[in-house]
Amino acid sequence: MELHVNGETLHFAKDTMTMLDLLEAYDIEEKVAAVEKNKEIIRKTDYSQTNLEDGDRIEIVHFVGGG
Amino acid sequence: MIKQRYSRQELFAPIGTEGQQKLANKHVVIVGAGALGSANGEMLARAGVGKITIIDRDYVEWSNLSRQQLFTEEDAAHAHTKAKAASRRLQAINTSITIEGVVEEFAAETAEVFMEDADFVIDGTDNFNTRFIINDACAKWRVPWVYGGCLTSYGIVLAIMPGKSPCLQCLIDQIPQQGRTCDTVGVIAPAVQITAAYQTAECLKYLTGYEMSQELLNFDVWERKHVAVNVSPLINPYCPSCSAKATYPFLMKQQGIQTAVLCGRDTVQVRPAQTNTLSIPALAKQLKPFSDSMKDNGELLIFTIKKNRFVVFQDGRTLIHGVSDVEQAKKLYQRYIGA
Repeated sequence: MELHVNGETLHFAKDTMTMLDLLEAYDIEEKVAAVEKNKEIIRKTDYSQTNLEDGDRIEIVHFVGGG
Repeated sequence: MIKQRYSRQELFAPIGTEGQQKLANKHVVIVGAGALGSANGEMLARAGVGKITIIDRDYVEWSNLSRQQLFTEEDAAHAHTKAKAASRRLQAINTSITIEGVVEEFAAETAEVFMEDADFVIDGTDNFNTRFIINDACAKWRVPWVYGGCLTSYGIVLAIMPGKSPCLQCLIDQIPQQGRTCDTVGVIAPAVQITAAYQTAECLKYLTGYEMSQELLNFDVWERKHVAVNVSPLINPYCPSCSAKATYPFLMKQQGIQTAVLCGRDTVQVRPAQTNTLSIPALAKQLKPFSDSMKDNGELLIFTIKKNRFVVFQDGRTLIHGVSDVEQAKKLYQRYIGA
């Protein structure tokens, strides 16, 4: 399937995946500050039940510590 | 005061002369005088905020000069403390406001003292341990603050209105591991400046009577990407830091000697159980026979023994370079500086 993640179009071999799968693929799960799917914010507790579909627009914002 | 000083800011309709007057009566506390602390400090001093307190535990090094705009080569050469060097520069920029530089660690034990008369807090820290202390202290005292972080060409900003918008703890339930830091993957000044600009803008909005943004904003200045997410639904009604049932876990006072590993720097900070003013000349005299080199710059005592460089502050805090193991650092501290 095809997902638009932070403005980039990405292709995934899988046909079904959850938000948790996506975050794990990025290996930044613990640094995630907020996640949006099609402009709707997703709560942390819902990541594993949020199914992603072809064409979904995802925004992932992650924390950084520097300053 | 020179009448024209704030004229361009007063012409900006949302602030006006009324807003300018408000700024003159406000007190902003900046935690950390690194890159973000410097950039925010300079903008707020030029904006005419009546009082600025800037707190930092560190001293100026050459690697800071690429982006920490308040410091000069002289500050790095003499290892001036960041808090004092920053306050000197800010005072030179604006002599009509009050600037206070505090050479201290912003820690659970001391954080609340700074909240008493703070109107706003700016996060200028480089680590999440201190940010969670800010988060708890601001939540407890209901002081609004703005989180800022930057790394490589990326930055992130979130304004936090305790009890009304999600706090750091609402968004993240654990302190993120800091594998990537400014000391390992670097940072560029434009990322610092944009992050600080958004922080200062939120601060000025709040201080002149406007609502702050509820968007978590992030950007990559190199890739020219910007994302803003409205995080207001994420406020946690059971949050241990900002809800009605808060316990403020990061304000729990610690017992005994405290240590902190300074990320990516092969350095451990050791803080004595009780901070008390140390006699630097007396310590210098005592350690002279053991030291390979020694310098007393009036604020700090810097000496090297074998492969370790020690930087001792007047409050007894010591940075030990050349060590990453906490227990080893404690031993070195006890051997040379005291219990």
